[in-house]
Amino acid sequence: MTDPTRIRNFSIIAHIDHGKSTLADRLLEYTGAVAERDMREQLLDTMDIERERGITIKANAVRLEYRAANGETYTLNLIDTPGHVDFSYEVSRSLDACEGALLLVDAAQGVEAQTLANAYLAIDNGLEIIPVVNKIDLPSAEPERVSAELLGILGGDPNDVIYVSAKSGTGIEQLLEAIVDRLPPPGGVAESPLRAMVFDSYYDTYRGVVCSIRVVDGEINSGEALRFMATDLSDAADEIGVLLPGATPVTRLGRGEVGYLITGVKEIDLIRVGDTVTDAATSADAPLPGYQEPKPMVFSGLFPADGDDFERLREALDKLRLNDSSLVYQPETSRALGFGFRCGFLGLLHMEIVRERLEREYDLDLVATAPSVEYRAHLTDGSTVQVRSPQDLPDAQVLADISEPFVKVMVITPSEYVGTVMELIQQRRGEMGEMTYLTPERVELHYQVPLAEIVFDFFDQLKSRTRGYASMDYEPGDYRRSDLVRVNILLNGVPVDAFSSIVHKERAYRYGRAMVERLRRLIPRQLFDVPVQAAVGSRIIARETIKAQRKDVTAKCYGGDITRKRKLLERQKEGKRRMKMVGQVEVPQEAFISALRIDE
Amino acid sequence: MSDPGALDAAAGERAAYIHIPFCHRRCPYCDFAVVDLGEQPTSFDRYITALEIEISMEPEWCPLKAVNLGGGTPSVLSPEQVGRVLRSLDDSFGLLPGAEVSIEANPEDWTEQHATELRRVGINRVSLGVQSFDPSVLASLGRVHDRATVVDAVRNAHRAGYDVVNLDLIFGTPVESMASWQDTVAAAIGLDPNHLSAYALTVELGTALSRAVRNGAPGPDEDDLADKYEHLVAAVGDRLAHYEVSNWAEPGRECRYNLTTWGQGEYLGFGLGAHGHRDGVRTRNVRRLDVYLRRIEEGVSPEAGREAMGEWERERERVYLGLRLRAGVETGEAGAALLASPAGQRLLAAGVVELHGDRLLVAQPLLTDAVAREVLALDPFD
Repeated sequence: MTDPTRIRNFSIIAHIDHGKSTLADRLLEYTGAVAERDMREQLLDTMDIERERGITIKANAVRLEYRAANGETYTLNLIDTPGHVDFSYEVSRSLDACEGALLLVDAAQGVEAQTLANAYLAIDNGLEIIPVVNKIDLPSAEPERVSAELLGILGGDPNDVIYVSAKSGTGIEQLLEAIVDRLPPPGGVAESPLRAMVFDSYYDTYRGVVCSIRVVDGEINSGEALRFMATDLSDAADEIGVLLPGATPVTRLGRGEVGYLITGVKEIDLIRVGDTVTDAATSADAPLPGYQEPKPMVFSGLFPADGDDFERLREALDKLRLNDSSLVYQPETSRALGFGFRCGFLGLLHMEIVRERLEREYDLDLVATAPSVEYRAHLTDGSTVQVRSPQDLPDAQVLADISEPFVKVMVITPSEYVGTVMELIQQRRGEMGEMTYLTPERVELHYQVPLAEIVFDFFDQLKSRTRGYASMDYEPGDYRRSDLVRVNILLNGVPVDAFSSIVHKERAYRYGRAMVERLRRLIPRQLFDVPVQAAVGSRIIARETIKAQRKDVTAKCYGGDITRKRKLLERQKEGKRRMKMVGQVEVPQEAFISALRIDE
Repeated sequence: MSDPGALDAAAGERAAYIHIPFCHRRCPYCDFAVVDLGEQPTSFDRYITALEIEISMEPEWCPLKAVNLGGGTPSVLSPEQVGRVLRSLDDSFGLLPGAEVSIEANPEDWTEQHATELRRVGINRVSLGVQSFDPSVLASLGRVHDRATVVDAVRNAHRAGYDVVNLDLIFGTPVESMASWQDTVAAAIGLDPNHLSAYALTVELGTALSRAVRNGAPGPDEDDLADKYEHLVAAVGDRLAHYEVSNWAEPGRECRYNLTTWGQGEYLGFGLGAHGHRDGVRTRNVRRLDVYLRRIEEGVSPEAGREAMGEWERERERVYLGLRLRAGVETGEAGAALLASPAGQRLLAAGVVELHGDRLLVAQPLLTDAVAREVLALDPFD
């Protein structure tokens, strides 16, 4: 056990690409946790997708031993946090395991919205913040300007800012000294029943669920009987240990210490991030505060392109969930797409990651329906129905009105783009809140925007309209009544459920128009004219016609080459077999995929 | 109107196809087995000798009712070389009296002397590769003749006493306007041929046209092709009988060789890349000239592959091939299976196929392949 006064628990808050992983690598290297030859770029990020996207999904914790200038040796626990808004709950749990945070900002880029959002979260959690300006050796670096920005947000003395180059190692020692000097040691009560917080968990094929814990009160011993308070699950501590960064078992973790815990539990669902672990025999009276059930924000139908892959998709989702308890799904049947699952995600990025992993790691070819949010339908009888899929929207006769989730959006932009950003957000039905000049050149804008408007390409639009300079973050807000309608798309008079969407009344025409035009292009001509219509209730708001096919015959049977001609026809027929029948209309799989692509 | 019984009967006749692969240049849309003489000068005599050997290697068979020399450009051969091939066929199998002996010819090759001499060695039907009367269309198809050449070629054929003069047209070339096609059709009809064939330009893989289209050049347009086809059908009217999707003829002048093909009849195939159908087996020859010549000269069959079909496959094939005839095909088992299938029901409902007595026919010939695909997908009745 380590003397709590010699422990410093901290995390690094940074925007993507601002050098968090490089800084972590440098700290590990400097403190000797990793021999230089073992250094692998960005050691903390383990999954391929995370590496490619330059983000961290799963938090992790590494223990460093640092001999400070005062001659004492300190244990520094670097707790990694996810960098994306979709995972803000995980971020808050990780931050809660720390007493301090390094607010790391790129000397060329300045403060970004996500960083700021997480910094506010850290301040709200009572963390001590050390402002760090990174990449000071870049030719485009403006450390003074960025430092002024940081101080504008955090307050404090210009001398508080630490300048580093994580790449070259400049300033690392000053930073380590600041961690020791300025961050407080952990609190908590040693002589009280065990309370440790689970701030991360993941599934390992061999070990089952591995969780990262921070001991707040008491101590945890190897072999001890434990209880997870939120799920009321009891099990023994098979192994406890610390990450150096390799897993190293220990017999005991005391107050303020950070490590991992393995019990016999195999289902990730039973061990939740934010839960409190206590002693099964002498249980704590109350869990640590802050636990929340994972709450999906964005929903989409996932269907196997090949109907025969349904079971494989189910197995893949089951396996993914072992690792990701925030993923929820239930079977869904679409007339157009067959059997699949309606999945709930923490956000758009989470959705994309899940889809990519399903396709890449499980070799599935998927069709995803347009992402939707969870609406609330208020019925004439006073009851309320959750609507996670446009198909679930009750009939107009019983529907009084609909409310939709709003989110609190924060945008940080160079001031020259304020007008552009305002225009974009107004188009997205946003309501303006506060506006603050961080510096004369940088503005922080606050809005209330329907989540559904963020779900579609908002981030891309913001980036492209501000040449990549604006950044954004959002957090859940309240539900508000909106003038929403469901647009149905009919193919030859038959509604195609996969293409229906709940949209704002003023958007209905545009959505319908775009969809019917797209489908007219994508669906091959049939034996008869096929009307493609967009309808709100019984009212047709847009119509296109796929003209009947006129020519489907090739030239003569060349020099008697019947075999080749037959094979060609058979191949074509095979292609048609993969089409989905919607009523009497043959629709190729690609038409579904392309029509649902969000590229307006 | 052609007599369906007479057309069906042709399927029982024996035919032979001779492939003459040589061309002075390869046309941009062509994917046949062709030897571009500009790139690969070749001795015709050596090839003719190889053909003679291949014919002599073929086991004994029935006398032939139809012979077709296709290509490539068979008209590049001398009458003497053509004569050698025909004699060889006659020696091995015999040519029946009144047999159709047909050659494909480029109009510029079809001089009065050439026509006359070929007639003398036994050719009695000529299919002229007219394609179009529009110079810009001809240029884009890689053709070098002009309108006057075609007029002369037709006159030469008549003077030499050919039984059938077929004009072969291509429609739907991207540079071809509707007016241009109307003019081509009028000009072709004006020459009073007793046989006419017209094919939609098709983008075949591996051709220069296919590469151009892939690189963004315009390809044939479905509606344009359909408009042009419909114009042709209307313009020909009752002058000639529309007996197959792409063929018109005076009754009795239908191409017997092609009728054999569509009627699932049997034919021998000789030469580079040639296809045969004998004793229920479909065969194909190698497509490379050096390989073909070497094999023959070593006394080895130039066959590159063969396909024997089961009973049900043959039945399906009978129907899908026969549906190309405007008179349709005897319904039979596969026809009945089609009509009983959901796809067949849809085709009936859409008026694409019709049942006339015991014959199943495609009422919208432009959709023939849509029907053929369904026929080929049919499973046999239990």
